[in-house]
Amino acid sequence: MNASIASNNPVYRRRRQINRIMLGLSALAIGFGLLWLTWIVVVLLSKGLGALVQVSFYTEMTPPPPGPGGGLLNAIAGSVMMTGVATLIGTPIGILAGTYLAEYGTRGWLAPATRFINDVLLSTPSILIGLFVWTVYVTQVRHFSGWAGAFALSLIVIPIVVRTTDDMLKLVPNSLREAAVALGCPQWKMIMFVSYRAARSGILTGLLLAIARISGETAPLLFTAFNNAFWSTDMNQPIASLPATIANLAISPWQDLHPLAWGGAALITLLVLGINIFARSMFSKRNG
Amino acid sequence: MTPVQTSALAPALSGNALINMGQSETQSRTESPAPMKQTNNALLDALFRHATRFFAFLVFSILIAILISLIYGSQLSLEKFGIGFLWNDNWDPVQEDFGALVPIVGTLVTSAIALLIAVPVSFGIALFLTELSPPWLKRPLGTAIEMLAAIPSIIYGMWGLFVFAPLFQQHVQPLLIKTLGKLPLVGGLFAGPPLGIGILTASIILAIMVIPFITAVMRDVFELVPALLKESAYGLGSTTWEVVWKVVLPYTRIGVVGGIMLGLGRALGETMAVTFVIGNAYQLSASLMAPGNSAASALANEFTEAMSPLHQAALIELGLILFLITTIVLALAKLLLLRLAHAEGKKS
Repeated sequence: MNASIASNNPVYRRRRQINRIMLGLSALAIGFGLLWLTWIVVVLLSKGLGALVQVSFYTEMTPPPPGPGGGLLNAIAGSVMMTGVATLIGTPIGILAGTYLAEYGTRGWLAPATRFINDVLLSTPSILIGLFVWTVYVTQVRHFSGWAGAFALSLIVIPIVVRTTDDMLKLVPNSLREAAVALGCPQWKMIMFVSYRAARSGILTGLLLAIARISGETAPLLFTAFNNAFWSTDMNQPIASLPATIANLAISPWQDLHPLAWGGAALITLLVLGINIFARSMFSKRNG
Repeated sequence: MTPVQTSALAPALSGNALINMGQSETQSRTESPAPMKQTNNALLDALFRHATRFFAFLVFSILIAILISLIYGSQLSLEKFGIGFLWNDNWDPVQEDFGALVPIVGTLVTSAIALLIAVPVSFGIALFLTELSPPWLKRPLGTAIEMLAAIPSIIYGMWGLFVFAPLFQQHVQPLLIKTLGKLPLVGGLFAGPPLGIGILTASIILAIMVIPFITAVMRDVFELVPALLKESAYGLGSTTWEVVWKVVLPYTRIGVVGGIMLGLGRALGETMAVTFVIGNAYQLSASLMAPGNSAASALANEFTEAMSPLHQAALIELGLILFLITTIVLALAKLLLLRLAHAEGKKS
């Protein structure tokens, strides 16, 4: 009886039709999102895999303009060095600042204000970070350098680490802290051995995501580390990086350089997506 | 989560206690008694607290430092062009006459079109993930959408320039010009030759890039809606769509707007992807098919090649304008999201 009312009433029918259309559109939307992801990944694999499987890709330097061959060794080395230094600078600063927000910042203005500014920093255009480092550092020493690049990247690491440290420490139940303090544990020791341990996997996840983010950043390196077509591990000189080298090769008019750019693009994307998926699965396993 | 971690912590705690006991034993033997250890701990406590406080303050001051450095760097241009910089549409490095109108308009227009595309799509995705998706599909689908945010900007740029733009030029743009270009009012927007690269292409790629950010916020705020509210609506005979449109969306309105602003902030400052496909031409055109420029891509393209101090200062001033716009947009986004969180806190 009910069913017959529902199917015959024009108002009901219209409402159900609208519902069906909208839910269909919603499914279409997620298909739309997935379409781009698969399209990009498939293009990268089909155009870049050829370069990725060659040994020379990992053992030779970027080739001079006209022509084919060569590899990305100098760019890979530069990226690894700058990412490493940036992580080493950014992690302790980020973790300590995040600790203040979560553990000490219950009173006063500094913690809420910093939390707010940190969230803005998290989305500040990375090219402006590069411009900032250029004005305060590069203009002073008068040359581009790997240190400047690492400094710029560390300014991207810091807000990510602050945010995850803050979030993860806030998830640690207070009873754990109280238990430690009740045993006579001083606060610094309580934070070091109780809060950090309980939040360890979350903080590590944030750190991995930060590394993934900076290993693909190009914009902040343009005016800081610049680029270098030759082998150089001198952090005080312009140094090559994977994203900046890819950009240079891709916009060069020489067709023969493009396969190398696609290879680099595939390498960096696989790396970044791999780190992301690994970090997420690690975090969810420990907290699932 | 707690039981596993407490058990993992237990040995750590007892280990500490043992270390403490060990210390006090050795200390009492060397007859330097407990007070020494007390001050030591107090000192370390103060040291640790002040260290964390110092770094928090450091983070706090970064944003202000960026602002000051940009103002300082753009002094020359600020003095020479004054406020007129904002509506001068000329950008001529040879005559040293610089105006920000073209890149600012380009930045705003590309971001606006990107939002026009990204907001409904993100809403659809968030709806699917919170209301429709079977539980086992939720995680993989959600992660896949988030991966769109993980792909580096430069990859979007390369893919846009070499793969998307040619296809767009051959198949989509002629169609748009033939159909929408003929309409009376909006026709001008779709006039001109199909170049592949240009404002519209940049906007579409920007849209793809901000979808994951907007979706993430929408998902989060949709999850905040009390099940009781939704169940009441379902109990009154609402369809899923009616529940989402008339219960979930009004309840989370502020958060949704916050998410959109966050996406806008991202879109405004996106650099490499836009630089590759926008065309980098200093021209104002009514048509979206035409090449243009954005503040971020002007910086990326010209800054290292800018030789004269005035040219550099003008580019830094572009950066300053971009910084002010994005910071205001992001701060508004954050305030809106905080308001929702506060309202949520009061209710529960």
